[in-house]
Amino acid sequence: MHILEGMLPAQWAIFWWVVTAVILVVGIYQLNKVVRKDREILPLLAISGAFIFVLSSLKLPSAVTMSSSHPTGTGLASVTFGPAITTVLCAIVLLFQTLFLAHGGLTTLGANCFAMGFFGPLLAWGIFKLLQKTSVNLYVTVFLAALTAGFSSYVMTAFQLSLAHGMENFAGFLAIFALTQIPLAILESLIIVVAFKYIAKIKGDFLIKTKTISEEQLEKINA
Amino acid sequence: MSSFKVEYILIAALIIFAAVFVYQTMINDSEFEGADGAASDFIYEINPDYTPIAEPLWEPPGTETESLLFAIQGVIGAFIIGLFFGHYRAVNKFKKQNSKV
Repeated sequence: MHILEGMLPAQWAIFWWVVTAVILVVGIYQLNKVVRKDREILPLLAISGAFIFVLSSLKLPSAVTMSSSHPTGTGLASVTFGPAITTVLCAIVLLFQTLFLAHGGLTTLGANCFAMGFFGPLLAWGIFKLLQKTSVNLYVTVFLAALTAGFSSYVMTAFQLSLAHGMENFAGFLAIFALTQIPLAILESLIIVVAFKYIAKIKGDFLIKTKTISEEQLEKINA
Repeated sequence: MSSFKVEYILIAALIIFAAVFVYQTMINDSEFEGADGAASDFIYEINPDYTPIAEPLWEPPGTETESLLFAIQGVIGAFIIGLFFGHYRAVNKFKKQNSKV
């Protein structure tokens, strides 16, 4: 769940917009580079974005807090294209939700885009790269990365709201956003793992082209 | 190791998720409202004088239209996912057939 329109004071709205604008410039630059290098990678980009579209359209009830929130779906894009390109994909989804659904807001788009599009995916990408060097099972690695993307996005949202409305309320915001997200993040991560498995199976060379996994890893999981 | 291990785990998780939800709806009368609304209420609670700096430019007239638009968003994504897997499944299939000839 994003920060609703107008719920951040102007100085914070502008601050997060500036931060996000910088990331978007980097993301668009990276995107151009990736696509120019190999246009055949576009279907992987499309499906990575599609998972954000589908999963973030599902408002799921969370039994922990008796409220609803939606998964972020950014796990796949995070591990395949990295955080900056994920931010670009997220900006498209968030703009759609802002303009047509009054979900989120234009003034809070910068903050929401930073939390869901960059902060969560950055940690997810870091964890993926780190665990990949260890002997941890690749599916477990993808699961933990996606879990981090989904969960930490909302920790960031709670942090952004506390910065604007008083740090003493961090626990309160955390209880609203992060707790709700626990079961949803687990569910969404399992979906991402299954998607990852089938992408590896059906068109594994995409994951090699983006340097997501090595050829040995691909052979191992498809064996 | 079964080759469908991750699928089984996903299905089990979905069943548990749905079962817990149904159970909760029977013992509680919560409407499972959005966490974003809960956050806004919390802001008004800690700072009753807060006025939002902006209003949405346009809002769906009601929950029916809102669910329509959310469904459209999901459908766009699902269409692309289906296209991706369908396309490469067929490509792999014909590659295999041609290599046999």
